[in-house]
Amino acid sequence: MSTLLALARLRAMRDGTAQRITTVRHCHVAERPMVFIPLKLAGEAAAPLGAMVGTDPGHPRLLVVPQPRNRDLRFAFAGELAEVLLPYIESFQKATETVEKKGGEPYERCLDAPQIVVPNRPAVAFTGLLGRSTRFRRVDGPHPVHPSVPLLGRWLTYFADRAAQPGSSLLLAATEALGAHWATGQSGLEDANLAALMGWIDPPAGMSGRRAAEEAEDPLLWPPAGPATDPGFDNEVLGPAIRAYEDAPTARAVERITQALRTQLEPTWRLMWRAVELLRALPEGSRVRDRWEADRGSFTRFVERLAEGGPPQARRDGAVSAAARLAGLERARAGYDVQRAYDDPLVMAEYRLTGEAFAGVVTSAEPEHFEGEGRSRKLRPLITVRTEDPVRLAPGTVLGSPDRKGHGAEVVGLAGDEITLKIVKGMGRGRTPAPGAVPEPGERVCYTSLTDDFQTSAALPDPEQTPWTHGGPPEEYVPSDDDAREEWE
Amino acid sequence: MNRLDRLRGPVPPRAHDARALAALAANPGCARRALMDAAGVDKDGTARHLGFPAPFGQSQFAITRGNVFEALVKENGCAELLRLLRELLGLPIDQVGYQDVETVGSHLRASHTRTLIDRAARELDAAVFYDHPMLSLQIAGHTAYLEPDVLAFQLGGRFHIVEIKSFSVIDGQAEPEKVAAAARQAAVYVLALRALMADLGHDPERVSHDVVLVCPENFANRPTASLVDVRRQLAVLKRQLVRMTRVDRLLEGLPPELTFSLEPDDEGVPTRSARELAEALGRVPARYAPDCLSTCDMCMFCRDEARACGSTDLLGRQVRDQLGGVSGAAEALGLAEGTIVPGEGQEEIARVLRLANRLREECLR
Ligand code: SF4
Repeated sequence: MSTLLALARLRAMRDGTAQRITTVRHCHVAERPMVFIPLKLAGEAAAPLGAMVGTDPGHPRLLVVPQPRNRDLRFAFAGELAEVLLPYIESFQKATETVEKKGGEPYERCLDAPQIVVPNRPAVAFTGLLGRSTRFRRVDGPHPVHPSVPLLGRWLTYFADRAAQPGSSLLLAATEALGAHWATGQSGLEDANLAALMGWIDPPAGMSGRRAAEEAEDPLLWPPAGPATDPGFDNEVLGPAIRAYEDAPTARAVERITQALRTQLEPTWRLMWRAVELLRALPEGSRVRDRWEADRGSFTRFVERLAEGGPPQARRDGAVSAAARLAGLERARAGYDVQRAYDDPLVMAEYRLTGEAFAGVVTSAEPEHFEGEGRSRKLRPLITVRTEDPVRLAPGTVLGSPDRKGHGAEVVGLAGDEITLKIVKGMGRGRTPAPGAVPEPGERVCYTSLTDDFQTSAALPDPEQTPWTHGGPPEEYVPSDDDAREEWE
Repeated sequence: MNRLDRLRGPVPPRAHDARALAALAANPGCARRALMDAAGVDKDGTARHLGFPAPFGQSQFAITRGNVFEALVKENGCAELLRLLRELLGLPIDQVGYQDVETVGSHLRASHTRTLIDRAARELDAAVFYDHPMLSLQIAGHTAYLEPDVLAFQLGGRFHIVEIKSFSVIDGQAEPEKVAAAARQAAVYVLALRALMADLGHDPERVSHDVVLVCPENFANRPTASLVDVRRQLAVLKRQLVRMTRVDRLLEGLPPELTFSLEPDDEGVPTRSARELAEALGRVPARYAPDCLSTCDMCMFCRDEARACGSTDLLGRQVRDQLGGVSGAAEALGLAEGTIVPGEGQEEIARVLRLANRLREECLR
């Protein structure tokens, strides 16, 4: 948390409405995302109770497990979910492009990829658990399941794993995506309630965000966005309905449970699509495309892995690959932070606050300044920038700038509010700097010691690639019969 | 009348269960809660009467599942538990006695448990599981009765607390918050059992700080056991209990007639108006933090109070940490916008806030 974010929260608290904390959007929003709102039975690790899912805001598909403790019904649910999700995922697999790689074989990449949007972090975790409890199932043997079930399990596992990758947009949690762009006047803990968060950001006409968030805490007006359900609903509505089904598993009994779950899911369904709209309306940051490209690459490789008949993902990482995965995620996190700063002046402002970046106006420029003699004589234009920012950069520090791609400079010295830089990169090959390569007096510029080495997607390691490159090849996980027969009570 | 009794009013003190005691460690800096707990005030009832009930409902499904799992672990004289402990502790125990303390009736359970523990502590080689034991702990002069799931005695010369929880361990991992909560709760039992051992003249250190946590494994009901070291939780708990015995310090400066009494009328409705009660509570400083929302029955009331005075506590510690001790939202914003002149010692935070404000304005223009 930076002082800038703290300030935004204070403002939100005073004004009663959420405050922007970015000037652009930093996540990808698909043209046709799939919204998935799973519910689980309280007290159970991964007993699905139902879900609302679909790509059309006007036509959600409602899936219901009338008795969540019944194993067959759970697998039937998994089968139905597969009916919705798998065709959606498959629809992105056909159209591909050929990517030329420097010093490597050209490879195929899907032109677009699926995007699943769930309400919150626990829904991401639950997606992973659903994947874990279905991916080892077999279509033959003692407890056969429909072939779509293990496939669904592998996809859900893939999406949940990928959600841990900073900057990935394949599986988004709405509360996190919204929270990355707006600050509310409540705590982060309370922001985990989607309805309350949306209340701050997008209150009904004539109502303050604060008031809307207060209302959103009433589970009767705004049922929780799942996967956990409201205990009051469990005790008063769902409990009796499930008992009625147990007494007589009729179509009417199923309908009663269906209606009950619909009341819990519909408000969240509407909120989710509103959230997608709000995010989509933000102008997209310029590096979002690069990251989505990395997502498309990752998706394509997983499609290939499935096609090659690879085994399901292991139950858990070995020690080496777990460490490598963590290190990979840390690098990705650092890269993602830098990218956001380069894309967004308001994010860069956090670094200006700490003195790792500054912005100001060029007061003088010497574009044809040279260093060295004879053959080692090099073009090293000098510029002086006046800034009010508290610069904390030592002479010799290498700087980049979000204003010019490939541009690099070095701190020469600081005097009062003026800082002198020498340009070392991005001037072209000529004896004089390429036009526009050296900032001119009067121009507003921004420089930072954060370096944008992370521009290419190759620098963002995919979790499924990390172990190979940084810990040796992981042991291949061979699922056993026990995995396939594992109980799901 | 004792000041704490006056605070509580003419109603019986609220018994603390281990969950409530464990929660003490969650916000140790709050004088309001320390005082309410020391006096045995019914916080849940208080919050309800004030019109700010805590949103802590429990689903019947979760309760049922918990009971079913516990019964399974304890079936046939804890046969399953014995198997788990043998594997976990690597002990060659083949015979373990089983005693259900509950058979004696609830009013005798504590003293019966005491007798049994004394006997077990003397007979060095008897391995016994005690089901439904009852321990007690002194909280600021009141006795709190506690009901651990199972006590296991004399396994390898040590005494173990066994906690049975129905959250799952999947591929060796459970939700960290749930494990942490179980550890805090088990620490309360360890402390109580150690106190009893000391009281009986036995070495309290014979009670292991490693508690046995029994949970369902993966997606089935089959139990799995693991050892959880609760030394850290014990330390926090002890500190907080000592703090509560020094309630006189918290009482200093409070009017002697102050009371949070919920004395009911014939219909069971508290006779005191909610407004008066709120006023009385307002005399004791709280230290609201968003964490209260999951740990304290008074949370909705205290949050409302923090809102009314525009406290930055509402936004959470991370935000407060950025504000260098400025606790009012209006003050922090005033410093940021330059409408308030920084007081002594505030120059640095004011400079940072002003800069942050300028940067925000500049970027959002
Ligand atoms: S909710 Fe209130 S009384 Fe309870 S710990 Fe928090 S501040 Fe103290």
